[in-house]
Amino acid sequence: MDVAFWNREIETMDRRRLTELQVTRLRDTLDQALHTPFYRRRLEKAQIQSGQDLRGLEDLRTLPFTTKDDLRQSFPFGLLAVDFSEVVRLHSSSGTTGVPTVIYLTQDDLDRWTDLLARSIVATGCTSKDVFQNMMTYGLFTGGLGLHYGGERVGMTVIPIGGGNTQRQIRVMKDFKTTVVHITPSYLLHIHSRLAEFDTRPEDLSLRRAFLGAEPHSENTRRKLEDLYGIDAYNSYGLSEMNGPGVAFECVYKQDMHIWEDAYVVEIIDPATGEVLDDGQKGELVLTILTRRAMPLLRYRTRDLAFLHAEPCPCGRTHRRLSRILGRTDDMLIINGVNVFPSQIEEVVMAVPEVGTNYQIQVDKVGALDRLTVKVEIYPKMFTGEAALLDRLKARIAEKLRASITINPRVELHEPGVLPAFEGKAKRVVDNRQEM
Amino acid sequence: MNITQLSVFLENRKGRLAEVCSLLGRHQINIRALTIAETESFGVLRIVVDKPDEAAALLKEHRITANVTNVVAVEVPDKPGGLAGVLKVLADHDVNVEYMYGFVEKSSDNALMVFRFDAVEAAIKVLSDSGIKIVGAEHIRGL
Repeated sequence: MDVAFWNREIETMDRRRLTELQVTRLRDTLDQALHTPFYRRRLEKAQIQSGQDLRGLEDLRTLPFTTKDDLRQSFPFGLLAVDFSEVVRLHSSSGTTGVPTVIYLTQDDLDRWTDLLARSIVATGCTSKDVFQNMMTYGLFTGGLGLHYGGERVGMTVIPIGGGNTQRQIRVMKDFKTTVVHITPSYLLHIHSRLAEFDTRPEDLSLRRAFLGAEPHSENTRRKLEDLYGIDAYNSYGLSEMNGPGVAFECVYKQDMHIWEDAYVVEIIDPATGEVLDDGQKGELVLTILTRRAMPLLRYRTRDLAFLHAEPCPCGRTHRRLSRILGRTDDMLIINGVNVFPSQIEEVVMAVPEVGTNYQIQVDKVGALDRLTVKVEIYPKMFTGEAALLDRLKARIAEKLRASITINPRVELHEPGVLPAFEGKAKRVVDNRQEM
Repeated sequence: MNITQLSVFLENRKGRLAEVCSLLGRHQINIRALTIAETESFGVLRIVVDKPDEAAALLKEHRITANVTNVVAVEVPDKPGGLAGVLKVLADHDVNVEYMYGFVEKSSDNALMVFRFDAVEAAIKVLSDSGIKIVGAEHIRGL
């Protein structure tokens, strides 16, 4: 198999030198972190006055974890390590409790991130001759822009179409002979189900590869997509706190994702005890970013469950590989590629006076796409007897939810006492999606 | 002169309407007029019964979501153009009808209709002044 590199030296660096590089970069990162009020307190407590106080990678394990909640509490500038004028880009999440999280990048940070993406793209066999249709959402979400810049860096023809509008996606794929797409697996399945409607067969397309992202999926889903389109599909991993896509990416061997260890210190921990686990053991992925001056994050708990492979990959890259994401340590749902916390939904529905005390969240597969249904019980005292008012109430709840979680739910109104009631811990999420 | 209508919230579930009706039936409450406002996922059952206070208490006791609304029962001549005549009177006096539906029984030779107005008192006055007969609660009970 042909193996191409974007940066052969780094990608195939022997493990000892790679560790040395990590230590050097980690020291710089600590120096940078000391510029933020949040980490200054923490690092001084751990007797670290400067990056030079770090003797080796093991010392990192003595530092406390950073959590999503820390990011929220530090919003907006508590983790900013450079002057705001140096920031050239920010990305932000919607935030589960009304408080968003934000990530800052300097121009150098952006260049380093883009470089990781160029590396990832080339690892899949793409070249500057490819036509890349980026179907991931642009904007504050990192998925679109990250791969966009990576594609340009490689020299591909990038079509920044963004998500949705299936008819146009298909037309553009035909017009410009798109060879590679970046897309959620469920959307790629959906597009296939609608090709016939637009007089298109998979073989009318020039598609050769797909970068699958933003959604955990199984090996079966990958194979199915590969068969349906006659393409190679590559899994990718990223999260906005670690810049976005490009943290880990599959190479042409498609045997799990190389995680770029010159840019991230990778740990797998027992989510209950915080103990660091060995390669091959399943646990929570914890990442320290080494290439972002504007906003260092040390030992960030991703809440994603996975394990690491240390054995060498036939491609020759020495960076360890990350398994598929096997689950979450929290209750986050991923619905058509969008991260949704049940607490966001609860916050919206419980703020509506006409809603009673109980609600339920249901997720189903309809065709290839996910459908979110939010069932609420109405509050009897607010019932006026007017059906039109109830219809408006439904629309109002749907609109408020859409504003909060960015996806359009179906809202169902129910009589009080009908939805399952719970003693003790409520189980309000019913996920009917089967493994595809 | 107005009468009581009960509005019952019905979620879209098999047998729900039957449950509500049989509850009323078991307690000897007779439905005189009924309509259902339905939407895609739920309905609102509107009923006029012979014993509205008892019915309201019964529904409440069974934790059925219901609400009491004032409506007006009007005698409409049971002949072609009968309803049109009543509606014309209302329209001429700028009285809006939110919704309306028919009774099961007739009152003498006339049909009985339930009207829901946004301005109930004004509507009653218009109807009375125009000689249209409004039927009271006592009459409904005795039907």
